[in-house]
Amino acid sequence: MKAEIVIIGAGITGVSIAYNLAIQGVKDIVVVDKSFMTSGATGRCGAGVRQQWGTKGNCIMAKKSIEFFESATDTLEYDDDIEFKQEGYLILATTPEEDELFFENVRLQNSLGIPSRVCNKKEALKVVPYLRPESFTSATYCPTDGHLNPFKMTDAYFQKAKQLGVEFLFFETVESIEINNGKITSVTTEKRTIKTNKVVNAAGGYAHEVGLMVGIDIPVYSENHEILVTEPVDKMQGPMVMSFSKNIYCQQVPHGSFLIGRSNPEAKHDHDISSSWQFLDEMAKTVCDIMPKIGELRVIRQWGGSYNISPDRQPIISDVKSLPGFYIACGFSGHGFMFAPMSGVLITEIVLNKPTSLDASDYRLDRFEDKIVTEYEKSVV
Amino acid sequence: MSDKDIIICRCEDITREDIRKCMERGFITFEDLKRQLRVGMGPCQGQTCSELIKRELADFLGEKPDVINTHKTRPLVIGVKLKSIKAGVDNES
Ligand SMILES: Cc1cc2nc3c(=O)[nH]c(=O)nc-3n(C[C@H](O)[C@H](O)[C@H](O)COP(=O)(O)OP(=O)(O)OC[C@H]3O[C@@H](n4cnc5c(N)ncnc54)[C@H](O)[C@@H]3O)c2cc1C
Repeated sequence: MKAEIVIIGAGITGVSIAYNLAIQGVKDIVVVDKSFMTSGATGRCGAGVRQQWGTKGNCIMAKKSIEFFESATDTLEYDDDIEFKQEGYLILATTPEEDELFFENVRLQNSLGIPSRVCNKKEALKVVPYLRPESFTSATYCPTDGHLNPFKMTDAYFQKAKQLGVEFLFFETVESIEINNGKITSVTTEKRTIKTNKVVNAAGGYAHEVGLMVGIDIPVYSENHEILVTEPVDKMQGPMVMSFSKNIYCQQVPHGSFLIGRSNPEAKHDHDISSSWQFLDEMAKTVCDIMPKIGELRVIRQWGGSYNISPDRQPIISDVKSLPGFYIACGFSGHGFMFAPMSGVLITEIVLNKPTSLDASDYRLDRFEDKIVTEYEKSVV
Repeated sequence: MSDKDIIICRCEDITREDIRKCMERGFITFEDLKRQLRVGMGPCQGQTCSELIKRELADFLGEKPDVINTHKTRPLVIGVKLKSIKAGVDNES
C-alpha cells in the first residue's frame, strides 16, 4: 500500500487534519487508528468549547475554531446533528487573585474580539440562578462559548473526509515508522506496510510513544481525568459553569444529562483511564458547595480519559527540523477538542508549506528546546 | 410490526430502524453504536438493550451472537444522587 501522507489517530484532531488536507487537494491520505473512531480522549471528553483563555495563543485558536463550529453542519454538509449548544461559559472566581487574573484575561480576550465580560455576583446569578452566592466572588461570562456532541462532530469530519477520498483503517496499530537517510519511507502496522514520506502524529495520549518511533522525545505526558454523567432532566442550565480554584466544570448537554468533571492533582503520568470512588466523593462535595440543586441529580455513569499535557499547557502543532515529513499535533492539555478545527488547518498549511492563518510560533515543538517558553496557561481544569 | 415501532433501547427511545440505519452508515461495533445513539448509556446501563443489540449486530454481520462484543460496563451499578454521595462522605469524617 502507498500513501501521500499517513495520519496516526482518528480522534477529532486526526479527522480534522484529514479533512483539511483533502479539501486542499491532497490525494492518497490514509488515517490509521488502533481502535474505533473516538476511542481516545475525543470520545471521553467534556466537549466544551470556550474562548475565555489566559494566553493569546489559546484565545485565537479557540475563537477561530468556534467560528468553524458555528457553520460546521453546512461546511461539512453533515446530514445529522452536531448538537452545538452555544449558551456560553460562566467561569467563577473564588479568590481575590482570581478576580484580578480574570479581569486581566477578559481584557486580553476583548482585545482579540472575544465578547467576554466580567460579572459581579448579581449578574452571575442572573445567568445561573441556583449558584450558591457564598461559593464565589465574581465571574466572567462569554455568550458565544458552548458545547458539542464529540461523537457527531468527529463523525461529521469523518463522513466528509471519506467522501473526499480519504481512506480510514480502524483496529490497526502503527508499530513502527521506517527512516532511510533522514527521510521517512514507510509506516508499519500489524497488518501491512504503507509506503509514505509523510506522517502526522495525532495519536493523542500516545503521541509520546509515536514520537519515540522516530527517535523524537516530545515533551508531553498523559494523565487520567475523570468525569461523570447524571440522569437526563428538563433543561435547567444554559452555560457551562466552571471554576479553576474549586476544580470543577459542569455542563447540561441538549440531551438533558449533566457532564461534570474535575482534575486529580495527584494523577500519575501514565495511561490509566480507570474510575475511582475518590473522584465521586470530591465531585459530590464540590457540586453541593456551588450548586446544591444539581446535588439532587443521580449519577448514572462515570469514566476516565487521558489529557496529553505539554510544559506550557498549549498544544504542539509543528513540523520537526531534524526529520522533514514528520508532523505533530498533540499536547492539547485538556482542550484539544475545541481547537481541532484550527489544528487541522494549521497542520495542513505547514505540510503544504503555505503561510499559516495565524501565528503558529507559539505551538512549535522547538519552543521547548530553545527554552523560549514565554507564557503558561493558568486557566485550566 | 415495522422496525420503526420496535423499541430496542427504552432509556433513549432507540428503535430497530435507528440501529439498522446506523449500521448501514458503517457503525458495526457495539462501542460505535453506543457513541452514535447513546444505547447502553442510559439509566439502565444496557441491561435491556445489550442482548438485543448483540443480536442485531450478529444478524447484520452474518455472525453468531456469541462472537459479538458488548459494551464496556461502567460504574455506577445504579443511579445515586450526588447529595447522597456527599452525605456518605460527611458521615465518614
Ligand atoms: C475527561 C476529559 C474532559 C475533556 N474535556 C474537554 C473539553 O471540555 N473541551 C476540549 O476542548 N477538550 C476536552 N478534553 C480534551 C480532549 O478530549 C482532547 O484534547 C482531544 O480529544 C484530543 O483529540 P486527539 O484526536 O488529538 O486525540 P485522541 O482523541 O486521543 O485520538 C488519538 C487516537 O490515536 C489512536 N492511536 C494512538 N496510538 C496509535 C497507534 N500507535 N496506532 C494507531 N492509532 C493510534 C488512538 O486509538 C486514538 O483514537 C477533555 C479530555 C478528557 C479526558
